[in-house]
Amino acid sequence: MAINQARKLGLLGQNILGLKFSFDIELRYGAGAFVCGEETALIHSMEGLRGEPSFKPPFPSVSGYRGKPTNVNNVETFANIPVIINQGAEWFASIGTEKSKGTKVFALAGKINNVGLIEVPMGITLREIIYEIGGGIKDGKKFKAVQTGGPSGGCLTEKHLDTRIDYDNLVEVGSMMGSGGMIVLDEDDCMVSVAKFYLDFIVEESCGKCTPCRIGNKRLYEILEKITQGNGTMEDLERLKNLSAVIKDTSLCGLGQTSPNPVLSTLTNFWDEYLEHVTLKKCRAGQCKALLHYDIDPDICVGCTACKRCCPVNAITGDKKQAHIINQDICIKCGACEEKCAFDAISVKLEKRIHTEHGND
Amino acid sequence: MEMIKLTIDNKIVEVEKGTTILKAARKIGIDIPTLCYFELCDMKIENKPGGCRICVVEINGRKNLAPSCITEATEGMVVNTHNIRVLNARRTVVKLMISDHPFDCLVCAKSGNCELQTIATKFGIRDIPYKGEKSTYRKDTSPSIIRDIDKCIMCRRCEMMCNEVQTVGALSAVNRGFKSVVAPAFEMDLEKSPCTYCGQCVSVCPTGALTEVDHSNDVLRALSDSKKTVIVQTAPAVRAALGEEFGLEPGTSVTGKMVAALRRLGFKYVFDTNFAADLTIMEEGTELLGRLNRHLSGDSSVKLPMLTSCCPGWVNFFEHNFSDLLDIPSTAKSPQQMFGAIAKSYFADKIGVKRNDMVVVSIMPCLAKKYECQREEFKVDGNPDVDFSLSTRELAQFIKQANIDFLDLPDEDFDNPLGESSGAGVIFGNTGGVIEAACRTAYELHTGKTLEKVDFEALRGMDGIRSATIDFDGLPLNIGIAHGLANARILLNEVRAGKSNYHAIEIMACPGGCIGGGGQPFHHGNSELLKKRASVLYQEDTNKTLRKSHQNPHIIKLYEDFLGEPCGHKSHKLLHTKYFDKSDEVSIHE
Amino acid sequence: MVNKILSEDKKDDGIKLTKKDGAEIIKTLDKSEPLYKYASVEKEKVKVKLKLSEEKINKIKEICKLFDNEAGELINILHQTQHSLGYLPAEVQEVIAHALNVSSAHVYGVVTFYSYFTMIPKGRFPISVCTGTACYVRGAEKVLDEFKRQLGINMGETSVDGKFSLSCLRCVGACGLAPVVLVGEKVYGRVSPDGVKAILDAYKEV
Repeated sequence: MAINQARKLGLLGQNILGLKFSFDIELRYGAGAFVCGEETALIHSMEGLRGEPSFKPPFPSVSGYRGKPTNVNNVETFANIPVIINQGAEWFASIGTEKSKGTKVFALAGKINNVGLIEVPMGITLREIIYEIGGGIKDGKKFKAVQTGGPSGGCLTEKHLDTRIDYDNLVEVGSMMGSGGMIVLDEDDCMVSVAKFYLDFIVEESCGKCTPCRIGNKRLYEILEKITQGNGTMEDLERLKNLSAVIKDTSLCGLGQTSPNPVLSTLTNFWDEYLEHVTLKKCRAGQCKALLHYDIDPDICVGCTACKRCCPVNAITGDKKQAHIINQDICIKCGACEEKCAFDAISVKLEKRIHTEHGND
Repeated sequence: MEMIKLTIDNKIVEVEKGTTILKAARKIGIDIPTLCYFELCDMKIENKPGGCRICVVEINGRKNLAPSCITEATEGMVVNTHNIRVLNARRTVVKLMISDHPFDCLVCAKSGNCELQTIATKFGIRDIPYKGEKSTYRKDTSPSIIRDIDKCIMCRRCEMMCNEVQTVGALSAVNRGFKSVVAPAFEMDLEKSPCTYCGQCVSVCPTGALTEVDHSNDVLRALSDSKKTVIVQTAPAVRAALGEEFGLEPGTSVTGKMVAALRRLGFKYVFDTNFAADLTIMEEGTELLGRLNRHLSGDSSVKLPMLTSCCPGWVNFFEHNFSDLLDIPSTAKSPQQMFGAIAKSYFADKIGVKRNDMVVVSIMPCLAKKYECQREEFKVDGNPDVDFSLSTRELAQFIKQANIDFLDLPDEDFDNPLGESSGAGVIFGNTGGVIEAACRTAYELHTGKTLEKVDFEALRGMDGIRSATIDFDGLPLNIGIAHGLANARILLNEVRAGKSNYHAIEIMACPGGCIGGGGQPFHHGNSELLKKRASVLYQEDTNKTLRKSHQNPHIIKLYEDFLGEPCGHKSHKLLHTKYFDKSDEVSIHE
Repeated sequence: MVNKILSEDKKDDGIKLTKKDGAEIIKTLDKSEPLYKYASVEKEKVKVKLKLSEEKINKIKEICKLFDNEAGELINILHQTQHSLGYLPAEVQEVIAHALNVSSAHVYGVVTFYSYFTMIPKGRFPISVCTGTACYVRGAEKVLDEFKRQLGINMGETSVDGKFSLSCLRCVGACGLAPVVLVGEKVYGRVSPDGVKAILDAYKEV
């Protein structure tokens, strides 16, 4: 709409304002490929090809769209230009930090009271964003981490809350500015699962051109899956580290070079959680269903059969007015029974249950 | 030319600006392993997607490792090709590849020739710690080529060959991420694609993902059937490359040993496709002169240029892509099929064997020949003129399997009457060879004079498209030559646009001609090797006393006793064919 | 292959003949199989072929012409074609390949690269569950599971009555409403598994 208005006013198109200068803007749609955020892949997509990145150099600024020099920038970057032209570069540079000037837009989301898009000056701290702008963690829960930079970014913890946010500092602490996403996580989030979630996305969005990203990320995901299933070993943790390092070191484009970041940053900042999953088969957040089980306390259960009736897979047995039992082999851990029980007889146990004959030991 | 200096593994090397690290390293004898990278430099064929990441090296001051095959060397660059970081990365990448690869090396058709296997051996890979889902696809078997893409490592060499070198467009990378693979449109069978079976994808595939259909068991069965008379023909390019499979220097001619080996394998008669090549020249040369004379006498309905039709990959290509020009190629069958037609008529009668009791086997440098001999029009009451076509590689395997010490074999001669050939028949295996052979005969038939200088140097060489004007005693004959189907497409588009002034065009589907065929021993990107093979054929031609097809006494006798005259009634029935419009089966690709 | 019907055998039980938007669908697969799934499917199992109407072919050619039959405009052309026909079956891709003078393999390679392009007809009400990070941490997975359960279909599939199809997408830019579900163009925010039934019910009578 803005483009059409500008054309009508003669601000876009041939001979702008009667001058010899001609300039026009055309919007192109992507077709659903995350990797097309990489500039060479983006150009290939515009050229009607598979959005696979290619080796640089040549950089797009030398040879890009149809072999012509091409300037690839985010909308946010271009959006800064009118302000800089209007207010002057000095004014713009006065905001922000030494190396990162101006403001940055973040998409603040997750377990936080005020969600939405925020524009803040570079150099602001995480604490200011989360507690002042974001209004603190939802439902009074405990802050655990904040994931910045999208799928290629990393997780920052409590100790990073006072870090001044700019491009360099974020990279230094193992994350990145990236997309400007900022997802706040609380104590109910399992960091292994979060890493797995991001890898799932990467596996889906990898273009498949280079080996480390195509197969390596798939294997990373599979190892994380194994750990969340309670089958992880210490060797798996070593494999995660080596594989992540090699994928970063050898991948063709920015997607692969940053794809292990969620794994590496959670390994660094939440090593204890990984260890718990592997050695104790425990997920402290209660997110990994394979690592928890529901139990009915026979001393509290009055045998009202409410849980038995609400169980979607008929895993609960027991006669009226008798203590009920959950068959662990059938239970899908949906938690419906726990919610239903009026006597608080059913509770989650954060450890893996060894399956037995009756599913109950 | 600007030169730059860099340091690789503590050695200083000076190279032209623009040289890759890989080439700079090779210049000083440092061989960095590669997988997706592929080059046939004389043909200007190059594949470097930078995808496999096997060739990574460490560059001082650079954050991550660099793929040496596409990273240009710069002044003062310091490169390390084998420190612990590099080796660990390479090993991990190979392990990842193998983690998504079947573990059936022992029974894989490519075992011993597999580049992934070679690298795994070189790296000493002993375990695959990364276990997980493996890609599984169904095997796709076409008349010539088997696709077992569980073994695809996405090097994209086949895609490059199929699209850039051949412009066939049968293959493309499809899907995304872990599921990405190279496949025909809609992941349908190759048979339903515009594939020409040229086999260039097979000849560059580093693993067992693309291999040929193996017919050696069928041949073995025929050989052990006492009721069958099994005869064999060998194409010219086979003798120029077979020795490579037995460790001989590339460029070694093994004609005599090959004949001896075939005899020991149990073939009753060992004949030469070159004989049929001479026959092809008689027919095709006569056809060309016929068209030329009609053209000169003002017949505007005559179609020129005439295109050669010896190459079955090329025939498939124009049936798919140039169906509007089906009346331009020579109607002469290929030498393989001419041989089969003569063997199962003239020769079968001569030795008193019924057609159905004769089995004709061909040894070809080609995979499209497998498809060609199965074409319906080359069958009589369901019995094919040529029963089985084996590739050069299959023959080598066959010889090894039969415990024949190839290197120790004496040189033996072909049997007659279908074993005698002129030098003109020999050079059929090289690009430009068919048209040179045709010129030798057509010149003499047209002018009635003796051709003194039989070597047409102007028609030889490795350039993709070549042209020459041959003086036919006052008549300037414009000749065009193309090898590689992309080049053929260029010439054919000129013809279609009415801009072609050639009288005759020779086309061979494979780069270099049959010597670089899809059924030859793997050249692994060594274009010197192709040149050496070509020289074998030219040398064999030079060594012959007979240099012109029409002087072959057995050819003369064949016409006297059986065929009558070239392009006569019987020839037309036995030695000529027609072409089919297959354009509605595929899409056009530019 | 354009305009050719591979199989006209109508004896088999698995055959379904539907007429929808002028396209005849002749199917010799068991109904649970997705329409196009050539990879890792046994040979001979796949025999699906559409017959495109003259009108449709002309429509596709028109779109291609709008972009000067320029191969570089393939993404735009695929967008427009899918917008007009709803999906991009093999035959449609072949017509496009022909018009742009590129191989069908190339077009198929592009179509299968981008998640927006689909070779399967979507339901009348396509349901998209956002599984971006913000929605994920607020329970999008459970919402998705509930949709699967209630519709009896998996991701990327269409319900038997052709009414609903299910897919997920990554971030619609409404993270504040997480978890978010789209039905067609309509956005539903803060969806819980309990709310799934209400959403579906709203379309039951339509």
